[in-house]
Amino acid sequence: MRIGDAKQSYEADEAIWTSSTQKIWFAVLLLTLAVFPFMADAYLLYLGCLVGIAVISTTGLNILTGFTGLISLGQAGFMGVGGYTVAWLSMNTSLPFPITLLLAGLLAAAVGILVGLPSLRVKGLYLAIATLAASVFLHFIFAEWESVTGGMAGLSLEPAHLFGLTFQSDFGMYFIIVPLAVLMVFAAKNVFRTRIGRAFIAIRDRDISAEILGINLLRYKLMSFALSSFYAGVAGGLFAYFYRVVTPESFPLSMSIFYLAAVIVGGMGNLLGGILGAAFMTLIPEVLKLLTAALTPFYPNAPIFMSPMLEIIFGALIVGFLIFEPHGLAEIWHRIRRFFSIWPFRN
Amino acid sequence: MDWLFFGEISLAGLAMGGLYALIGLGFVIIYKATRVINFAIGEIMMFAAYLFLAFAGAMEMSPWVALPLAVLGGSVLGGVIEKVMIRPMLGESSISVVMVTIGIASILVGLVEMIWGADPQLLPGFLPRKPVFIGEMYLAPKIAYGFLIGAALLIVYLLYFRFSRGGVALRATASDQAAAYSMGINVRRVFNLAWVFGSLAASLAGVLVAATGGLSPQFGAIGLSVLVVVIVGGLDSIVGALIAGVFIGWLETVAGAYLGGEYRMPATFAVLAVILVLRPYGLFGTHDIERV
Repeated sequence: MRIGDAKQSYEADEAIWTSSTQKIWFAVLLLTLAVFPFMADAYLLYLGCLVGIAVISTTGLNILTGFTGLISLGQAGFMGVGGYTVAWLSMNTSLPFPITLLLAGLLAAAVGILVGLPSLRVKGLYLAIATLAASVFLHFIFAEWESVTGGMAGLSLEPAHLFGLTFQSDFGMYFIIVPLAVLMVFAAKNVFRTRIGRAFIAIRDRDISAEILGINLLRYKLMSFALSSFYAGVAGGLFAYFYRVVTPESFPLSMSIFYLAAVIVGGMGNLLGGILGAAFMTLIPEVLKLLTAALTPFYPNAPIFMSPMLEIIFGALIVGFLIFEPHGLAEIWHRIRRFFSIWPFRN
Repeated sequence: MDWLFFGEISLAGLAMGGLYALIGLGFVIIYKATRVINFAIGEIMMFAAYLFLAFAGAMEMSPWVALPLAVLGGSVLGGVIEKVMIRPMLGESSISVVMVTIGIASILVGLVEMIWGADPQLLPGFLPRKPVFIGEMYLAPKIAYGFLIGAALLIVYLLYFRFSRGGVALRATASDQAAAYSMGINVRRVFNLAWVFGSLAASLAGVLVAATGGLSPQFGAIGLSVLVVVIVGGLDSIVGALIAGVFIGWLETVAGAYLGGEYRMPATFAVLAVILVLRPYGLFGTHDIERV
C-alpha cells in the first residue's frame, strides 16, 4: 500500500522503509554513489567530496537545531576543532585515519558539551549568542595558540592512510567521505527511532512539557550538543584531510551561517532535508560559476559581479525559503513523490 | 603605568561606546516592539554610510545635506525590510525570523558590493578637525564630535519615547500587545515605526563610525560587537543598551590598546560569557516566566 500514512503499529511508525519500492530506490542510489567516481571527471569528483562533507556537517547541525530546537552559530568552530585535531595528530603521530577522525569527533563532542552547558539557563536567541561567543573563542585559540595550531599560517597535514594505502587524490578521498556520510546519516536516522532521539524531539516541541514528562533536560540537551558536534568534528576532520591544510580562516563564522542556511533551505528537522540542503547550497556557487563563464563572452564584466551575486542569491534563498516554503526542499520533494504515488489522481 | 595614555584610550573608548549605545538602541527598539533580533543592523548601518558616500562624495552635496539624506535612506530601508520580509514572518519561530534577518544582511552586502565595489573607501571628512583636549588628554576630533552628535540623537529619542504619542504607543505595544490592540493602537504601524526608528539610530551611528574608521562591505561586522552590547545590557532594556554600550566600547578599545587588536573580540565575548552565566537575561533585561 503506497497511499496515505495509516500506521497500525508502533513498529510500522518507526520503520525506516515503508515500502519495498523505497528499498529498491535506495539500492539504486547506493549503486550510483559507488559507480559515480569511475564515471565522473576530476571536477565532479571534487564536488562530490565537498557535498559529502557538507552532508555530514549539516546532518549534525540538523540534530541540534532541527530536532532539538537549539540554535547554534558554532558549527564552524566545532568543525575547526575536528580539523585541527586531525591535523595535529597527523603531524605528531602516525595514527591511521579512522582513529584520528574518531578522536576529532570525540574532542569536538567534548567541546560541544562545554558549549552546551549554558543551554539549561538560556535558550533561543540567547543560546545562539552563547554559541557564537564559543566560536569566537575557538577562532581566537586557533589563531593564537601557535605551538599547537601553527597560528595564522595553520597546519598542513599528511594524506590519510590506512593499511599501507594512502588516500591522496579526490578519487581516494571520495571513498572515505561518501561511505562515511551515508553511514552517519543512517546512524542519525536510527537515533530518532530510539528513546534519546524521541527525547530530543520532545524538547524541541515544548521543553517544559518534556521536563514534566520526566526528560532530564540538561542531560538530553548536552547529549544533543555532543552528538551534533561529533558530526561537526568528523566533517572538520574530513575537511582537513581533503584540503590537507587548516588555517583559522578555514572555519569562518560565515561557515556556521552557511550550515544553518543549509538546514533551513533543506528543511529543519528532516534528515532528507539536510542532505538536499547541503547539496543544494554547495552546488549553487558552482552553478553560478558556470553561468558567469558562459556569460563572460557577452558581458566581460560578469566575473566581477559573481561574488556579490553569490551573496545576494545566498540571502535571497534563505529569505525566500523561510517566507514561501518554510519546510524547505524536503517538502518539495515530498510533493513530487506524492504526485507520482497517487497519479493519475490530482493532489 | 602611564595614566595619561590610559585616560586618552579610555576617553576614545567611551566615545566609541557612545556610538555602540546608539546602535544598541536600534537593536533594542526593534526587539522591544516586535520581538525580532535584527542581525542585519550592521548592514543597515553600512548601507546608510554608503549612501552618505554617494551623496557627499560622488554627487558632491554638502555633508550636512548628505547626512540627513543618508540617515533618511537607512530608515526607509528599515521600514521597507519590515514591510516586505519581516511582516510575512509574523508568528513564526524566532529562529526563522533571525535567519531571515541574516539573509537580508547577506543581500545587502551583495548589493553594496555590486554598486560600490568591494574595496575599502574613505568618507569625505565633515567633522571639525581641531584637536579636542579634555584637561591634558587628547581626543581625536572625529570621535569626539561623532559622540556629541550621537548623544544628541539619544536624548531626542529618550524624550520622544517618554512624551510623544508615537513613543507611548511604542511602549504600550512593547509591554502588552493585546492590550495595545484593544486600546486602539495600530500595532502594525508601531511595528513599522520601530523598524524605522531603529534603523534611523543605526544609520546615524553608521555614518559617524564610518567617518572615523573608513568603510568597506565588511563594515557590518560591527553588528556583532553591538550584539554583545545588547545581550549584556538586556535585550529589551534601553538603559541597559546605553550602559552596556559605553562599557563594551571602553573595554574593547582598552583591550585593543593594551593587549593587541586580536584581543578585542575575545575580551568582549568573555564579558558576554560571564553575563550569560550570572544573569542570563542581561543586566537590565526582563526575565520571562514560562508556563506550560
